[in-house]
Amino acid sequence: MNITLRVWRQKGPDDKGRMVTYKVEDVSPDMSFLEMLDVLNERLILEGEEPVAFDHDCREGICGACGVVIDGEAHGPETTTTCQLHMRSFSDGDTITVEPWRAKAFPVIKDLVVDRGAFDRIIQAGGYISAPTGTAPDAHASPVPKADADRAFDAATCIGCGACVAACPNASGMLFTAAKVTHLGMLPQGQPEREARVVQMVNQHDEEDFGGCTNIGECAAVCPKGIPLDTISQLNRDLLGSLSSGAAE
Amino acid sequence: MALKSAMAVTGVILVLFLIAHMYGNLNAFAGQEAFDTYSHHLRELGEPMLPHGGFLWIMRVVLLASVLIHTYAAVALWRRAGRARPVRYQVTKRVQRSYSSYTMRYGGIMIALFTVFHVLHLTTNTIHPGGRSESPYERMVAGFQPEFWYVTLFYVAAVIAVGFHLRHGIWSALATLGINRQSRQRSLNIIATVIAAALTIGFLLTPLSVTFGLVE
Ligand code: HEM
Ligand code: SF4
Ligand code: FES
Repeated sequence: MNITLRVWRQKGPDDKGRMVTYKVEDVSPDMSFLEMLDVLNERLILEGEEPVAFDHDCREGICGACGVVIDGEAHGPETTTTCQLHMRSFSDGDTITVEPWRAKAFPVIKDLVVDRGAFDRIIQAGGYISAPTGTAPDAHASPVPKADADRAFDAATCIGCGACVAACPNASGMLFTAAKVTHLGMLPQGQPEREARVVQMVNQHDEEDFGGCTNIGECAAVCPKGIPLDTISQLNRDLLGSLSSGAAE
Repeated sequence: MALKSAMAVTGVILVLFLIAHMYGNLNAFAGQEAFDTYSHHLRELGEPMLPHGGFLWIMRVVLLASVLIHTYAAVALWRRAGRARPVRYQVTKRVQRSYSSYTMRYGGIMIALFTVFHVLHLTTNTIHPGGRSESPYERMVAGFQPEFWYVTLFYVAAVIAVGFHLRHGIWSALATLGINRQSRQRSLNIIATVIAAALTIGFLLTPLSVTFGLVE
């Protein structure tokens, strides 16, 4: 298949950036989206041009590095990561627009690569537990109800890709923050810091210039890991509880 | 977060007001006397503990404070959203978001403008299509006569905007207050839609019935 690509090109953080159009020919429908970009880049290198910078690592949907906005949708038309999206989801002759995540909190480093360090700082603010050193406790020392374990595990599958922010009309990072708050809040090990955690993480989220959540739900709709929207309500519940009990200090 | 809780709480106050207000308006179907008595009673509520009109003034203060807080929080969130995405997308696509959620901010502005007009029209009677009157019923019936179709049209548009605003607003307030669970998400959305639809229809009945001559 033959594709016309409109790609965001930006030389560096201070460059203004612009869309550039490229033709990519002989694309196999079995290629992943990133492989199609590889084909383009090989050609650009041969022609002595600067290849399109994009982030990627595992290429199997688990590291969260590869996100871009494709035709206005974070990670493109399928609910998966960009690396797991295949060209068969497009048709011959399509024009595809590719843009980086757009958020003040995720500044563009180059072309399609953004700095998601803001997520790391949210985790540093409270996304941890204090584990005692020494021998590991017995596996059955603190029983966890099956339903709680499942919910914690579902929330823990967040790969920090940032699609939720990219898709959110407010550029809010609430789904990511809520996934971590839910993951740790459902487990006995997460209880000691539970009240302080939610306040610290939300404060850090706000300091990073993410927008405020208005419960629109685009985040959960594009999330490749299916983090449920109600984690945000769970975060709000914890937050209201810890603010009113004053335990946050 | 404080912003959003404030929006949710003031929004709930305003929804409760709308339910009471719709009930009041539907008194129009019971005739002029019932409607005017209702209006009169609003001013007598709480007497002799409160002075004449005292209850109404308390309500007005609460409502005005709610509207101001609600608007302040909305504007603050809007500006934050603008700052959070300084470079816009070239292509955007709505994946699942509703028309209601899309129009919250513009709908809110429209409702605010409508409310100013509406108070000048039916409360203070400063604007008086069809002539001034001491009777709230006559003011209303006069204003919605067919020759003032544009007044009715504005009311209809505003009430529909209120309906959309509430459809997303009620759901969002519940989620912000921590009430949403995955198992309830559908029910909460249905509840929001039902309340929004009931209020829209309830509010539309009165002016349309006057315009089409069912109430005179
Ligand atoms: C289309 C249907 C509506 C009709 C026929 C209607 C009618 C009236 C009437 C007759 C009054 C005066 C009552 C009195 O003086 O005793 C009034 C007051 C009021 N209405 Fe409406 N209304 C409608 C919709 C709305 C909506 C949608 C809102 C909110 C956005 C609203 C907000 C108010 C407020 C705030 C007052 C009180 C003003 C005050 O007492 O200071 N109304 N309405
Ligand atoms: S919540 Fe989903 S969309 Fe957001 S960072 Fe985690 S995996 Fe990505
Ligand atoms: S490259 Fe790791 S998730 Fe796509």
